Amino acid sequence: MSLRLELREITKQFPGVLANDRVSIQVERGKVLGLLGENGAGKSTLMNILSGIYKPDSGTIIVDGEQRVFRDPAEAIEAGIGMVHQHFMLVPVFDVVESVALGAETATGPLGTFDRAAARAKIVELSKRYGLSVDPDAKIESLPVGVRQRVEILKALYRKSDVLVLDEPSAVLTPQETEELFGIIRGLASAGTSVIFITHKLHEVLEVADTITVLRRGKVVGSVKPKEADPEQLAEMMVGREVQLTVDRGQAKVGSVTLSLKGVTVLNQAGEVAVANVDLQIRAGEIVAIAGVQGNGQTELVEAVTGLRPVDSGEMTLNGESLVGASPRKISDAGVAHIPEDRSRDGMVKGMTVAENLMLNSYHRKPFSSGVTLNRSAIEAAAEKIVKDFDVRTPSIHTDIASLSGGNQQKVIVGREFSRTVSLVVAAQPTRGLDVGSIEYIHKRLVEQRDAGAAVLIVSTELDEVLALGDRIAVMFEGQIVGVLDAKDATRERVGLLMGGAAV
Amino acid sequence: MKGLRGVLSSVRLPALSILVALLVGGLVIMFSDLEVLAMIPNNPIGALGEGIGRVGAAYSALLRGAFGNPERIVEAIASGDPVELARAARPITESLLKSIPLMFVGLGVSVAFRSGEFNIGGEGQFLMGGLGATTFAIVLGGAGLPAPIVIFGTVLAGAIFGAAWGFIPGFLKVRAGSSEVITTIMLNYIASLFVFFLLSNWTLIQREDGTQPISKALADYVVIPGILPIPELRLHLGFLVALAAAVAVSWFLFRTTRGFELRTAGLNLAAARYAGMGASSSIVAAMAISGALAGMGGAFEVTGTIKQFSTVVSGGVGFTAIAIALVGGTRPSGVVATALVFGALRNGGGLMGLETSIPIDLLFFIQALVIMFIAAPNLTARIIRLPFRRKSKEAVA
Ligand SMILES: Nc1ncnc2c1ncn2[C@@H]1O[C@H](COP(=O)(O)OP(=O)(O)OP(=O)(O)O)[C@@H](O)[C@H]1O
Ligand SMILES: [Mg+2]
Repeated sequence: MSLRLELREITKQFPGVLANDRVSIQVERGKVLGLLGENGAGKSTLMNILSGIYKPDSGTIIVDGEQRVFRDPAEAIEAGIGMVHQHFMLVPVFDVVESVALGAETATGPLGTFDRAAARAKIVELSKRYGLSVDPDAKIESLPVGVRQRVEILKALYRKSDVLVLDEPSAVLTPQETEELFGIIRGLASAGTSVIFITHKLHEVLEVADTITVLRRGKVVGSVKPKEADPEQLAEMMVGREVQLTVDRGQAKVGSVTLSLKGVTVLNQAGEVAVANVDLQIRAGEIVAIAGVQGNGQTELVEAVTGLRPVDSGEMTLNGESLVGASPRKISDAGVAHIPEDRSRDGMVKGMTVAENLMLNSYHRKPFSSGVTLNRSAIEAAAEKIVKDFDVRTPSIHTDIASLSGGNQQKVIVGREFSRTVSLVVAAQPTRGLDVGSIEYIHKRLVEQRDAGAAVLIVSTELDEVLALGDRIAVMFEGQIVGVLDAKDATRERVGLLMGGAAV
Repeated sequence: MKGLRGVLSSVRLPALSILVALLVGGLVIMFSDLEVLAMIPNNPIGALGEGIGRVGAAYSALLRGAFGNPERIVEAIASGDPVELARAARPITESLLKSIPLMFVGLGVSVAFRSGEFNIGGEGQFLMGGLGATTFAIVLGGAGLPAPIVIFGTVLAGAIFGAAWGFIPGFLKVRAGSSEVITTIMLNYIASLFVFFLLSNWTLIQREDGTQPISKALADYVVIPGILPIPELRLHLGFLVALAAAVAVSWFLFRTTRGFELRTAGLNLAAARYAGMGASSSIVAAMAISGALAGMGGAFEVTGTIKQFSTVVSGGVGFTAIAIALVGGTRPSGVVATALVFGALRNGGGLMGLETSIPIDLLFFIQALVIMFIAAPNLTARIIRLPFRRKSKEAVA
C-alpha cells in the first residue's frame, strides 16, 4: 500500500464553530475514500483545506510522504489535488475547452497565447480515456448539471490531478447519471488516481468506496471497509444514535379535496408546453408524491401551484377557491407552504441572517410586523425556537446563512415552512443534500403535517423517497401524469417503468 | 450586537483603502513634479528626498486645511477667547459643512444599492432638489410666510423634486426593463440642461439682471439657521438633518417591513419573488427614496451653504457619493463616517491647492483609487500584505 496523501490532526475554527477538530485521514494511491458525515460535520471545510482554499489553524498535510503547506489553491493543484465543489464554479458563457484549459499553463502557445487546438485535442483525449463524454465546443450554460460536473472533473484531470475530491457530486444527479459517475470514478481509480468522494447516500459509499471515514461534529468517528459495514451501522456512526432508515407511518385519514388541478397546462421559460393537461387531486391528510426523471415538468408544475409561474390554461383550486392568477403572496397566505427545489436561488437570501431568512414569508404578519415596523424580539424568539426544534447547526440566529453548511441551510428553509399551520405543503426535493438523520427528521415532519390534516405534495427524483412517503404516487413523464398508483401497488419496478415512459 | 471586533473588521478595508490611495497619491505628487523628475538622473537620492518633501508639504496643507492649524488652536485655547477659538477651529466646521451634501447623496445611493439598484443619477437628483428648493424658497419666502414654514416647505420641495427624478428610472426599470444605469445617467444630462434653461429664462427664479444662468440671492427669501453660536461659522441645520436622515435610513432599512423587502430584493430577487414580496414596488420605492435624499442634499446646499442656485452647485457630488456609499459599505453609519472623511479631504484640498501647485483634481484621483481598492478587496489585501506577509495571511484567509 502506498499513501498518496495524509491529513494529520487538522483543526479549523470558524467564529462560533470548531469545524475540524484534529481530523486525520489517509488516502491511498488508486483508491476511493468515501467521506460521510452529518450536515455541518466539516467535510467541505476539510476538503477546502486540502485544496488550499482555507488555511488550517493547526495540523499538517503530507503529500507523498512530504509535508506541505498550501498557501493558495494554485499550490494544491500543483501538488496534484483537484476539487469539484459542492456548488460548481464554472463561467456560464465559456465553452468547455475554455472552461477546462484557461488558467492552466499547458494551454499556452509559443507566444504565450492560448493554444486552443492543442487544448481541445488534449481534452478530447482525456474524455475518451476516462469515459467523460462531453462536447468540447458546447457552452457551459447549455449543459445539464450532470455534464457540467464532468467538465469540472475534466478540469481537474487536465491539471494533472491525481487526487480528485468530489464534494457531494451525486446530490444533483439522476440515478442514471450517478451510475455513470461511478463508472468514471472506478476508471480513474484503476488508472492510479485517488478519489475522495463525499455523499450523504449510504448505499453510494458502500458501492464505490474502498474505505469509508465518518466525521461527526468536526471529529473523525472511525473508518470502516464497505465489506464490513451496513447502512444502519454507518448511519449510527454518523449521527451518534440509531437512525430509522424507513418511514414509520400509519394509514392516511383522508379528508376533502384540498388541491385540485383540472386540465392544467403550463409553459416553460422558452414558451413550450412543460405541463400538459394535468389532472390531479390531493386530499387533506394524504401525501401525494410525484416521481419522475428531472426535467419532465415537475419544476413547472410546482411553480404554477405556488404562483411563481402563470397557468396557461386549466383550473386550479385550493379548498374550492381558484388559484389561477393568484400572486405567490396570496397563495402563501392562503395556507400553502413551499420548499423550493433550488434552495440557493429561491429559498434563501445569502447576506441575511438565519433569523431574517426564517421570517422570509411571515415577516409581514403579526406578531412579527406591526404593519410598518418589524418586531425584533418576536422575530428572534421565533427564530430561536425553529433553530432549536429543527436542530439547525448555526453559531447563532444572527449568523449569515451563507456560512451554514448546505444541509443546515435546507433545514432553515424546511423549518420556516413547517412552523406555521398550512393546508397544503408543496415540497420539491425536500431532502436534497441532507444527512440521514435530517432526512429521518424531515420525513417525520412531512408525515406529521399529513396527520395534522394538511395535503402534502412531494416532488422527488429519489425513488426511495417517493416510495417511502407517498400514500399515492403519481409519475410525470414529458409533462403528463402517466400514472397514479396507490402505495400498496407501487413497486420500484412499476414506478421505474412509468418514469421511463412505458405504459403500465 | 456586533461588538468592537465586528466594527473593527468592517472598518479595516475602507480605512486601508483610503490609506493606500493616499500613499499612491503621494507617489503621483512625487513623480509628476518636473523639478523632482529633472533631479533623478544626477541625484536620485536627492530627488527622493525632495519628492518626499513635496508630498509632506502637500499633505500637511491638506490636513491643516481640513482640521485647522494646531498651533493656532492651541494658542486660542490658551487665550480662552471663544471667538478666537471658533475662528481657529473654522476649518473643521468647513469640513463638516462640505460633508453635508456627501452624506445626503451617499445615503441615497446606499438605499438604492441595498435594493440592487445602481443609482448613478445622484447628480441630477441633487440638481432637481436644488431647483425645487430654489423655486419654493422664492415663492414661500416672497409671500412673507413665517420662517419655519418657509424652511420646511423649501426642503420638502427639494425632497419631492429629487424623489420624482429618482422615481422615473425606477419606474422605467420595472415597467420597461430599462437599465437604471443608463436612464439615471441620461437624466443627469436632462436635469442639468433643464435647470440651465430655467435659470436662463424663468424670471421668477433668475437673477434680476437676467444675464447669467444663476438664481436670485436666496438669502433674501430663506435663512437656514446656523447651529453654532458664532456667525462666521457657517455650519447649518442641514448637518443635523443629514445625521437624522442617516438614523432614519438605518431605521427604515433594518427595522421596517418595507426595508426588509427592499434588502431582500437587493440581495436575491428570485427569493423576493418566492417570498411573495412585490419586488417591483420595492425597486421603485428605493429609487424614489434615493432621489429624495439626494434632493434634500441639493436643497440644503443651495439654500443653506451656497445661497444661490446654478448648474455648478452639484460639482460631481453624485459620483463622489457612489464612492462614499461603497466605502461606507452602504451602511448609514459607514456613509456618515466616510462622508466626514471625504468632506475633510475636499475642504483641505483647497488649502493644498493654494500653498502648493497641486490641483484639487488630485483628490478625485485619490477618490477613484479608493473605489478601486474597495471594489477589489483582494488587490488591497495583497498590497497591504506585501511588507508583512506572514501575519496578515491568516486574517485574509
Ligand atoms: N466560511 C465559513 N464561515 C463560518 N462558518 C463556516 C464557514 N464554512 C463553514 N462553516 C461552518 O463550519 C461547519 C462545517 O461546515 P461544512 O460546510 O464543512 O460542513 P459539511 O460537512 O460540508 O456539511 P454539508 O453536508 O451540509 O455540506 C458548519 O457548522 C458551518 O456552519
Ligand atoms: Mg458540504
